[in-house]
Amino acid sequence: MPRTRLYPLADLEDIPGTKVFTALRSREAYYLHKFCMSLMKAENREEFKADEPAYLDKFKMTAEQKQAVLDRDLTKLIELGGNMYFLVKLASTDGLSALKAVSTTSGMGVEEYTQMMLEGGRSPEGIRSIRDKN
Amino acid sequence: MARISAGIATSHVPAIGAAFDLGKTKDPYWAPVFEGYEFVKEWIKDNTPDVVILVYNDHASSLMMDIVPTFAMGFADEFQSADEGWGRRPVPVVKNHIELAAHIAEQLVIDEFDITLINEMDVDHGCTVPLSLVFGDVEEWPCKVIPFVVNVSQFPTPSGERCWKIGEAIRNAVKTFPEDLDVQVWGTGGMSHQLHGTRAGLINEEFDRRFIDLLAHEPEELKYITRLEYLRETGTEGIELIMWLIMRAALGYGVEEKKRFYRVPASNTAVGHVVYEAKS
Repeated sequence: MPRTRLYPLADLEDIPGTKVFTALRSREAYYLHKFCMSLMKAENREEFKADEPAYLDKFKMTAEQKQAVLDRDLTKLIELGGNMYFLVKLASTDGLSALKAVSTTSGMGVEEYTQMMLEGGRSPEGIRSIRDKN
Repeated sequence: MARISAGIATSHVPAIGAAFDLGKTKDPYWAPVFEGYEFVKEWIKDNTPDVVILVYNDHASSLMMDIVPTFAMGFADEFQSADEGWGRRPVPVVKNHIELAAHIAEQLVIDEFDITLINEMDVDHGCTVPLSLVFGDVEEWPCKVIPFVVNVSQFPTPSGERCWKIGEAIRNAVKTFPEDLDVQVWGTGGMSHQLHGTRAGLINEEFDRRFIDLLAHEPEELKYITRLEYLRETGTEGIELIMWLIMRAALGYGVEEKKRFYRVPASNTAVGHVVYEAKS
């Protein structure tokens, strides 16, 4: 007997403001992520910082992904398949903390975001489901 | 025979590692986090195991890119701390217990868990931050460590129920290892957090506290929390809590809770920590 799914897979797309990192998104961002992981070596970080476009051309990323890297637009990079665990290597190369990197995708300024965290974080009330508005 | 004597759960926030390495543990922001670990740092002195099976997830440091194993075990003799973009953490090398790891691998496959063995990898903050929190600033980790890596980042991830069952299988495997070894299982990650988008910074204290309330003595219902529910209730990264279930299942039926700690925030994350001694 096939097992019954506990929820429809489409429900993974039913969370407000959230891109669940699926195998398909991983595939879409494979070369972007190759670039991110290359930044785990100091010499590569130096080479990237010396000439960013030239360094990016070594990877088979889409033009849109390359531009979003140059713009440090993490929100765009996530739309293009990116996952924060890879993208944080780019932020670290820039000397940004994970808190600052994450805050740039939140639609809030870093100070406002930091203050929200100090006050206990963002409540899940009303942002569990797009469909159920809860 | 080997036995599992105790379990620890803790968040493994990378910023905690950075605060530790930069000597900021007394700063007003960080002191309330590190104070939560004073108990375990004392407790571990009298309860240092021979081996820790350390359950964590790799954060795109050695895995997630070309190979995405659902359950994997480090099988090298030793593991360096990974350079996650700001240099390697200055922590001791992690040394494996190969004979026990090999035995667990054999037993897990008999139990129908087709575990992946990794002959070369670096260990990231998911592994080294818990070691620092428990053992402090040391020249060498005082025990062997088997890195046990779970995919909790790329869907499909394993279910909580599956994690529970592999925890039970680890317990059975350790119990049949002929050498007299004191083994601990640590479950790391969590608690609620989400690291991207307009839900970034999500914290669900009610969910987290209930999870801790039930984990020691009534863990049954926690097994059936779906992956979707973790995402909705605890954020995309809160699903790391399924690794706490591996630890809890590995301890068997009865535990004595020695410590619980909960604190918001550390960076983007709710910090949770428990210490259990096995009673059976």
